[in-house]
Amino acid sequence: MPDREQVSSWLTWRKWPVLLVVALIAFAFAYVLFITKVQPFGGGNWRTTTFGSAVHDPSSFLKIVLDSLTFASALFIVASGFALIFGLMRTVNMAHGAFYLLAGYIAYEVQQGMTGQGFSIDSSNVNTWEWLVPLLVAAPCIMVVGLVVQQAFLRWTQGQELRQALITIAVSVIVADQIIAHFPRNTSQGQKFGGNAVDLTWPGWTDRFVNLHVGGVQYSLARLVVLAIGVAVGLGLWVWLYRTKTGMKIRAGVDDEKMTSALGINIQVTFAITFAVGCLLAALGAVVWASQSNISSGQDGQWLLNSLVVVIVGGMGSIFGAAAGALLYAFVANFSATYLPTTGSDCCTQYSTIVTFVLIALVLSFRPRGLFGRGA
Amino acid sequence: MSPSTWTRQQQVERTIAALALVVVIVWPTFGSAYWAHQILIETFLFGIAASSLIFLSAYGGMISLAQTALFGITGIILGNLATKGGPGGTSKGLHLGWDPTLALVFAIVATTIIGLIGGAVASRSTGIYFLMITLTYSVIATYTLGQVTKISGFSGIGGINRYTPGWIGDILAHPNRLYYIALGTAIVVYALIRFVVRTPFGISLQGVRDEPVRMSSLGYAVPLHRTLAFGLAAFIAALAGVLYAWWAGQVAPGDVDLPQTISLLIMAVIGGLVRIEGAWVGAFAFILMQNYITSNTHVPLLGFGGTLFGGSFNTIIGIIFLVIVVVSPDGLMGLWGRIFEPRRRSTEGPSIAAPAAEPTK
Repeated sequence: MPDREQVSSWLTWRKWPVLLVVALIAFAFAYVLFITKVQPFGGGNWRTTTFGSAVHDPSSFLKIVLDSLTFASALFIVASGFALIFGLMRTVNMAHGAFYLLAGYIAYEVQQGMTGQGFSIDSSNVNTWEWLVPLLVAAPCIMVVGLVVQQAFLRWTQGQELRQALITIAVSVIVADQIIAHFPRNTSQGQKFGGNAVDLTWPGWTDRFVNLHVGGVQYSLARLVVLAIGVAVGLGLWVWLYRTKTGMKIRAGVDDEKMTSALGINIQVTFAITFAVGCLLAALGAVVWASQSNISSGQDGQWLLNSLVVVIVGGMGSIFGAAAGALLYAFVANFSATYLPTTGSDCCTQYSTIVTFVLIALVLSFRPRGLFGRGA
Repeated sequence: MSPSTWTRQQQVERTIAALALVVVIVWPTFGSAYWAHQILIETFLFGIAASSLIFLSAYGGMISLAQTALFGITGIILGNLATKGGPGGTSKGLHLGWDPTLALVFAIVATTIIGLIGGAVASRSTGIYFLMITLTYSVIATYTLGQVTKISGFSGIGGINRYTPGWIGDILAHPNRLYYIALGTAIVVYALIRFVVRTPFGISLQGVRDEPVRMSSLGYAVPLHRTLAFGLAAFIAALAGVLYAWWAGQVAPGDVDLPQTISLLIMAVIGGLVRIEGAWVGAFAFILMQNYITSNTHVPLLGFGGTLFGGSFNTIIGIIFLVIVVVSPDGLMGLWGRIFEPRRRSTEGPSIAAPAAEPTK
């Protein structure tokens, strides 16, 4: 078989799939940047989109870039927790989405309690503390819940990946159902509608638009705060993992759990810390994104899927992979929702989910372990 | 083949199986109609879907969460092709009004092809990675069906049960026909899986499950085996999907969403991910609970009781699921098997636990 390797130049059949994908990506870029047009009076063809090309309408393009960046930032916060736990312990925490949901509702209740306003609060009535305290209450709660689950069910099943996945699925079923039974407690009519949508509210000072002086874009300060928190989490994680002793132990545990523990490091403590931090990140992501969007039952599945996609695309268990996966997923999701052709009433932006699937399929066919994944 | 050469476990099991078969065959004549047309039909068809999951898990070492999606895709394709529009027809979907037999065959073939494609993409992954990838398939199917209003939309397609092939007849007027079709399909699927795992393909699939690297070195195409197994499982899930579409009459994205996906997984896990029979045992147990635990049953200390949503069925089923995974990872069939092997320690050898990743001495 060695001669087969020698013969394969870049033009053999093996390379055609790669060329095809490169061509597709190049076309997608060209389409968004130059080809697409606006057709204001109905009708349209394959070149018609809502905003037209980036060259034609740079400010809309820039806004979508920023939207993608902020969404990627929220994705990264949540998915990095998932990736951290998976990277060290090989535990797929299927309850990550349920923890996200629980954190969102706890924060909502605390904010309601603090402001004393009913149901929907105007952000001018919320000061910074009334946003921070809900976060500071919700995050430890989720850490405790996570630790209990980890100590009770995951500690002694360490290494049995599928069994742990099934256990956390069971936990997520119970937690999600209990959330519906108990939250939200503060609703407009005093009725209990299990798990209906409620909003966390950003502090008042974020409720304005910032002039970015690029293409005349006015952009929401709250979304820029999401972006800043995402970057801060990324930097914080990097410092924690690469510049502290705990981080060193975690990285050692990722590389070789048995050897690390043989060197006298209490790997169980490291596991517990990592699991708690992973849950903390789910809670932080929930508070941030529930303030930007809302929180409602069913989002547990959605955020579990978001974390899975990010981690599958980026590579299992790597923080850089989570960042890359979050960026790629957010850009593909946002751009396919706005830059797919809009010919006729139901073509084609509603197919944007399928584009996400194509993304996963492409990444997995070329790199089965994700973009930054390491070999088995 | 004579009963005297069987082990004690086989004797007991085959007696129970024969009795159960007789009971379900005569049930529509003597038993309650509610049980026949709700609980038992549902058990047969969800058992078929769960058996596709157990087949992949027990013989391919892959836990697939995409079976519910494939099941729903079949229903949606069938609904789009077979139903007719216009006055008295369905309002949703493409309502192409094909001949129902043709639509039936097309839906099953199309789902199998979708399964083969999905299997090919996921075939280089195993274990937990496979579970995650198939979970994304399932969620993507839900969102696609919910968003693409042309083929389904959020409320799905109704009235599919009015367009059954002529050789089956009107299942609305004669629900017993659907009962026997579901029972027959379940038996055929069971026999098919038992047959396939004894063929050379089935044997090498089990080799791929246990030692993918060695099988690959021996020249077996490992991803191809996984892809074909996934395709077969998609075919089986498609059969269940057709039965579900006829039984429920409508298929909506809500039938393939994450809670439904997890319900099917729970059925398979309750039954046991190691034996095909477990599919129907698990489905029966799950559907019994689903029918008899209502929103008024409240769990002490957990639900508030009387809330319309939550705090009851899912919490109870979640706790049962948790207990089974913790105590007996191979489910009710595993507990049953242990009766006949008293020496085996209960904590030992759960098949879904640590796969043969590390060489043992």
